Amino acid sequence: MKLRVENLRASLGGARVLRGPSFEVEGPSFIGLVGPNGAGKTTLVRAIAGLIPFEGDISLGGISVDAIEARARARKIAYLAQGAESHWPLTAERLVALGRLPHLEPFRAPQPADEEAIEHAMELADVAQFRHRDVLTLSGGERARVLLARALAVEANLLLVDEPVSSLDPYHQLGVMDVLRAYVDRGRMVIAVLHDLSLAARFCDRLILLDEGVIHADGSPAQVLTPETLRAVYRVEAQIGGEGRSFFVQPMKRVE
Amino acid sequence: MRRHSYLLVNLGLALAAAIFFLASIYVGRGGELLLAKLHATDGTDRALAWLILEEVRLPRALLGLLVGATLGLTGAALQGLLRNPLAEPGLIGASSGAALGAVLVFYFGLASGTAMLVPFGGVAGALVALGILYLLAGRDPSITTLVLAGVAISAFTSALTSLALSLAASPYAIYEIIFWLLGSFTDRSMDQVRFAAPFMLLGAVLVASTGRGLDALTLGEDTAATLGFNQPSLKARAVLGTGLAVGAAVSVTGVIGFVGLVVPHLVRPLVGHQPGRLLLPSALAGAALLLAADLLVRLPTGGPEPKLGVVTSLIGAPFFLWLILRTRREAP
Repeated sequence: MKLRVENLRASLGGARVLRGPSFEVEGPSFIGLVGPNGAGKTTLVRAIAGLIPFEGDISLGGISVDAIEARARARKIAYLAQGAESHWPLTAERLVALGRLPHLEPFRAPQPADEEAIEHAMELADVAQFRHRDVLTLSGGERARVLLARALAVEANLLLVDEPVSSLDPYHQLGVMDVLRAYVDRGRMVIAVLHDLSLAARFCDRLILLDEGVIHADGSPAQVLTPETLRAVYRVEAQIGGEGRSFFVQPMKRVE
Repeated sequence: MRRHSYLLVNLGLALAAAIFFLASIYVGRGGELLLAKLHATDGTDRALAWLILEEVRLPRALLGLLVGATLGLTGAALQGLLRNPLAEPGLIGASSGAALGAVLVFYFGLASGTAMLVPFGGVAGALVALGILYLLAGRDPSITTLVLAGVAISAFTSALTSLALSLAASPYAIYEIIFWLLGSFTDRSMDQVRFAAPFMLLGAVLVASTGRGLDALTLGEDTAATLGFNQPSLKARAVLGTGLAVGAAVSVTGVIGFVGLVVPHLVRPLVGHQPGRLLLPSALAGAALLLAADLLVRLPTGGPEPKLGVVTSLIGAPFFLWLILRTRREAP
């Protein structure tokens, strides 16, 4: 399956947020979408998720996403919003089961395939032990994993996650990144908006660095996260070291 | 296992509604039973008993069933749609529109001529209120816009109702309006039931179709949209269905408060908080509760019968207070 974004333009409240980024993703891949605040990362993800109107083209497997019927599209593209929450005190299992809604036939009970997907997702996100607990009584880290399991349960080929780790402690940050990595390793595509550049570099196959609505750099973490790009885009001097799973970026001071 | 318990809860509530429905047909003023008279040897007595059954008790019991189910169902649906446990069916303005429409029929002295004009005016009022809501809120309203528009419509129609009361020409019209507004199932005809029932059923079908969409809304509107649920369509079905059903209910029975608010809260401990799963048991519990309340008001033997709408509010308001206190304790 191939995701193709071409000359994407979108505005929020009259201000142009995306100024024509284009990129392609093919096959199983973990894409980190990085960039400073206001770069257009969330807008890009929301456009792919079908939540905002846009100009240009987004296609999945050669078909423009606008042309895909809503339920079919919901089975292909899953979305975990930034700061996602549950409005009702559902049990973790029932919350995860909501991810199967696009797969349910009208007036039909969930099928064995749905039960399996729910179990799989809970296992992958390591939340099966909370199955019968009210999600609102779970800790922030536990609840984040349950909400992630909900998105995994869709079993979509493309999973979009917006800042999945920003409110979590290091232990739970690593936990969520491991879960996303495992999802990719099962042959799927993940696009994650990330602020923690070290985490992004360690877990992602490829980074897309967005700045003021255009792509500033696109490539492997080592190619994208250089002292020059950090200075130009993030306006920080940073120490960069290590490689692969020990790659780190340490912002030191602002560029005046 | 838990799917069985969901089924059991629904069966239990359906059974309770059925028992109260039969009781509503056979139990009269002061607890007098109609059963013996239906098989009386005296032909006149028997004919009279059947007449009471068909013309008085049956419409009353049917209204209890339909209106109770309507209020329970739409209350649960609106709480799910607005993601707010304090929402109730009157919030979108259709029921106060219906009340105004019916009151205008009394005001112009038309009710004494044709009793059917009251529900007709009520449904017309509800439809006008829904039309104004649509104009105010637009095609894809936010939840806040929807609630604000509904509150504005309710406030305005209530003011007009008060105006009609204060300007009413005869004391008799005032008396009629006030008594009607209090909400009751007594002296309603089968014709009125036949007129209102299709609106309630159509509304119920629309609302019932939102079940899974309401489940998805647990995760917020954006996530619900990415789960394949068209938000404008979901809101339109929930609001239009609620307006039609509750508007029709109010047109026949007057305003019956607190049932739509309270019933979903009674059902949640039994089936959980998932909005879609609340719809059916809330409808059944609403029917059972309102039929039971209507039995309660006819038990006293002396004096005028207490109005049903007054009784439901008398029981419902303290429960509402308790709910507020509990919510405050849970979220300090």
